[in-house]
Amino acid sequence: MNYSSYIALIPLLPLAAFVLLGLFGRKYFNRSAGIIATLFLLIATVLSLYTAYQYFFVNGKVGDAYQSITALNYTWLTFSENVSIDMGIMLDPISVMMLVVVTFVSLMVHIFSLGYMKGEERFATYYSFLGLFTFSMLGLVVSSNLFQIYMFWELVGASSYLLIGYYFQKPSAVAASKKAFIVTRFADLGFLIGILILAFYGESLDFNTIIQNLTTQQSSQFLAITSASFIGISALTWGLVMVFMGGAGKSAMFPLHIWLPDAMEGPTPVSALIHAATMVVAGVFLVARLFPVFSINTDALTVVTIIGVTSALFAAIIACTQTDIKRVLAYSTMSQIGYMMFALGVSGYSGENGLGYTAAMFHLFTHAFFKSLLFLGAGAVIHLVHSNEMKDMGGLRKLMPITHISFLIACLAIAGIWPFAGFFSKEEILLAAYNKSMVVYVIALLTSGLTAFYMFRLYFSIFWNKEADAHDHHGEGTFSMKLPLILLAVCSIAAGFIHFGEYVSSDGKALPSEFHLSFALAPLALGIGGILLAMWLYKTANDKPQRLATSLGGLYKAASKKFYIDELYLFITKKLVFNLIGRPAAWIDKNIVDGLMNSIAAATGWLSNLIKSLQSGKVQNYLLYFFGGIAALVIIFIYIWKP
Amino acid sequence: MSNFFLLLQQELLLTAIIFVLLFVKLSAKEWNGKTVLSLINILLVINLAAGFFFKEKGTLFGDMYQTNDLLRLEKNILNLGTLLISLQAYNWLLKHKHAIEFYVLMLSTLLGMYFMLSSSNLLMFYVGLELASIPLAALANFDLDKKRSSEAAMKYIMSSAFASGLLLFGISMIYGMVGSVGFAEITAAASENPLFLFGFILIIAGFGFKISAVPFHLWTADVYEGAPVAVTSYLSVISKGSMLFVMTSVLFTVFSKLLFQWYNIVAVLAVLSMIVGNLFAIRQQNIKRFLAFSSISQVGFILVGMSGANAESYSSIIYFVLVYLFSNLAAFAVINVVSEASGKENIDDYKGFYKTNPALTWVLAVALFSLAGIPPTAGFFGKFFLLLGGASKGNYLLIIVAALNMVLSLYYYLRIIKAMFMDANETPVERVALNWSPKISMFVCVAGIVVTGIISGAYEYIYSLLK
Repeated sequence: MNYSSYIALIPLLPLAAFVLLGLFGRKYFNRSAGIIATLFLLIATVLSLYTAYQYFFVNGKVGDAYQSITALNYTWLTFSENVSIDMGIMLDPISVMMLVVVTFVSLMVHIFSLGYMKGEERFATYYSFLGLFTFSMLGLVVSSNLFQIYMFWELVGASSYLLIGYYFQKPSAVAASKKAFIVTRFADLGFLIGILILAFYGESLDFNTIIQNLTTQQSSQFLAITSASFIGISALTWGLVMVFMGGAGKSAMFPLHIWLPDAMEGPTPVSALIHAATMVVAGVFLVARLFPVFSINTDALTVVTIIGVTSALFAAIIACTQTDIKRVLAYSTMSQIGYMMFALGVSGYSGENGLGYTAAMFHLFTHAFFKSLLFLGAGAVIHLVHSNEMKDMGGLRKLMPITHISFLIACLAIAGIWPFAGFFSKEEILLAAYNKSMVVYVIALLTSGLTAFYMFRLYFSIFWNKEADAHDHHGEGTFSMKLPLILLAVCSIAAGFIHFGEYVSSDGKALPSEFHLSFALAPLALGIGGILLAMWLYKTANDKPQRLATSLGGLYKAASKKFYIDELYLFITKKLVFNLIGRPAAWIDKNIVDGLMNSIAAATGWLSNLIKSLQSGKVQNYLLYFFGGIAALVIIFIYIWKP
Repeated sequence: MSNFFLLLQQELLLTAIIFVLLFVKLSAKEWNGKTVLSLINILLVINLAAGFFFKEKGTLFGDMYQTNDLLRLEKNILNLGTLLISLQAYNWLLKHKHAIEFYVLMLSTLLGMYFMLSSSNLLMFYVGLELASIPLAALANFDLDKKRSSEAAMKYIMSSAFASGLLLFGISMIYGMVGSVGFAEITAAASENPLFLFGFILIIAGFGFKISAVPFHLWTADVYEGAPVAVTSYLSVISKGSMLFVMTSVLFTVFSKLLFQWYNIVAVLAVLSMIVGNLFAIRQQNIKRFLAFSSISQVGFILVGMSGANAESYSSIIYFVLVYLFSNLAAFAVINVVSEASGKENIDDYKGFYKTNPALTWVLAVALFSLAGIPPTAGFFGKFFLLLGGASKGNYLLIIVAALNMVLSLYYYLRIIKAMFMDANETPVERVALNWSPKISMFVCVAGIVVTGIISGAYEYIYSLLK
């Protein structure tokens, strides 16, 4: 069966919405923009579902494995004799799955925003940005080569910049969007270098060719990349770790996560789209896309595991202390993505060993539904109480029954309670971790208990705790805001029952999903324990949490300050990079000996002197430097640096 | 003899235009400003269009002059840029008493660049270079009533003279070693003899001066800031672009034997230019000065590509110059009209710009996105190709510095975007009324930024000329 007749429409429809609304939206469609964009996306969603149906059920497997199909390929540019840059659409289990996830969640967000963003002055602009983002994300997941994925990757960054900064009158939103853009761009430089390394040795940009070249043990490319090394680490490891750095930036992995909590300044439905189901999982997707290469390099996989586990635990601890409900969700996203990452890290390539890969993708799939549900639910809550702070909420269960029920379902799902979706995917991840490493397993288990605790802390604080102020409340929101909640809640229950391993696995062959009751007991018990603890502390208004916080003192304070990571970053970027201090080595030396403040003052003074003397405005000085430059080149290249 | 006319078509056409302008100037009749400027722009359009019809290749004057498809393309790119600048300068020149002289001077420098590009002999190259430099000093002084403008001109002419002197010194040294100034002979006789290397380094410094690579860049900021906006954009795009073309071709062919030396020199200059350019750009308040430093770091990027030393990196450079031309000229177009309408040139003056001039804000934003290398603008593709070209030598240190500088530059480009869209301002720049000519120019630039990126033909055509 031929996909090429319609497949290109899936990414192009949101693009069309972007162009249409971007150019003419404000003039002609300011009221109808939402409906138009939603219809475009509805078609794209239907097409994605149809593609998935065709791919998994009609065309099915060749032999016993799902094949990677290049549905469209167009040589966009011939860069040199042997490197050509293509634009293509590649279909394999994970890209088909992502097509469905991205279009579906995006559709839900489009529908939800009809009510949520109603009356905004720049309504059409908002929908055009959503279209651009969806287009970039879809382009990213179907990419058939490294250049294409990098291009869409950057485009995703740029369009999320526009979306996070949508409320550009708010200084905090502006700062947040800028921070997100720059931090992820910083991570992307790793990605770029990784691409160049892999492309240079793999002698191609195309995924299939690179994977082929770099995983065949006898190929000249494989020998070249494993024998080349830099500071004792092979070029292959460098390439993969660099690529992973890009992924870690987008997926908000420790220590590149600092942009994510601040990015909550954007409109809440945007967070549901970007920070739950799509952009933040791009890093996981990237590792999965190159997984055959990752799987032959233990060092790179170890890095992935360590970063994943650290992020999972670290974010879960911080999430317990946050009082802004969106920030809790932001940290929980980071924690869950950490789960997916280390699941990939502990995975092997084929057969039983590939369980981690399947589990990571499964968790990505289920997480997309319940996390976007949580964000949309939080959006509905914020819409009602006009605040992000927990202390302004409480007792909302009577005012917003549908939001309440759906939020509860999502919380149960993320806490990993049977029979909700999160239970099944988390179960597989834990099993994969158990098979590989006890340490990872224990941390994962602990994190899972913490997850249940902070999610229910959130839940009880919003919907129980105290009696709601009944004044001036304008109802739960329009039908368009309730519909996505209901649909996503259904998915959050149903998604777990899919036998995911049959469709998505690292080598394309079906992986039977096993279920061990004895194994499931521990996480389940921890989850329920976490929920009960949260219930005891937060179900009714009392001073227990405060007492607990006081008794835990230092740790709580450090966690609520996010372990001072932001401060550290500010220090490094503002003081170190942006004021560039002459010789970093000398600086550190001096800094250690003479103390912090002295050396910063001295270095800044030195720098401004340097700059003053460089750009003095006096031509005679310029000419002197000119001459000095020549003299230096002459001395270096005639006498010192010879071939 | 017919060969002479065919090969020199572009030069002859340009000379003819210069003469027409001289006659117009000298005629007793008092011309209407609008008529003259429209006439000139039409002539420039003809000049640009005609460039695409010439196909002849060959050499002249005993191998001193050569032309081929690649050189014609490079000249066409310069023609396009000149036309765009001329359109942007329309309002400024309308008020200026000496509009015609402006064009006579500007087109003379363009003619100089033509000869410089087509030279296959160091003397021809030097003559072209001087013709392309000296009138520029007069141009920099064209805001006749502004002191800063004269200061810029003085600084330019002095630095330029100094650089030329050293360049000439280098040429004479090479002549002394080789006994000829022809490119072919120098290629054959190139060696690592210290004297030859010394001459070679002096020549590189001459190039470095014109493209304002660090440490030969110091004149740039003062001259860019003081000169009229049209001249600044001409300096930063046309003058620099032409020199990059020549530099690439000379290094790749004439000095190909000294690959080790020039590869390392270029790498050093690239790193210095990127870092110093970016660090200074962060601190700037004047937007022209800001663009001066950002253009220094862009040149550093081009040098990264140049270090690749193969056909791909050659074509990436030409492609990037084209992209850079569109991006920078789009930015200058906005700065030009704003400076003309309100006299404001500081970044802070652009606060709240979106409120009063949304269309212009978007033009500037697209230009800055392209300069920062954000897809889908052409700047993204240009930078990626340069890196791909530069990476072919496997010098990852260079690539890492380049990538780090991409992040740093994003920071300061976003600063302007933020000022325009987000910052509040009680006295924003008032709504600027635009007439047709800057509008056309901006339209072409923005279309260029979008189209040259997405349409692959531009790069592939350049590459096909180099294979």
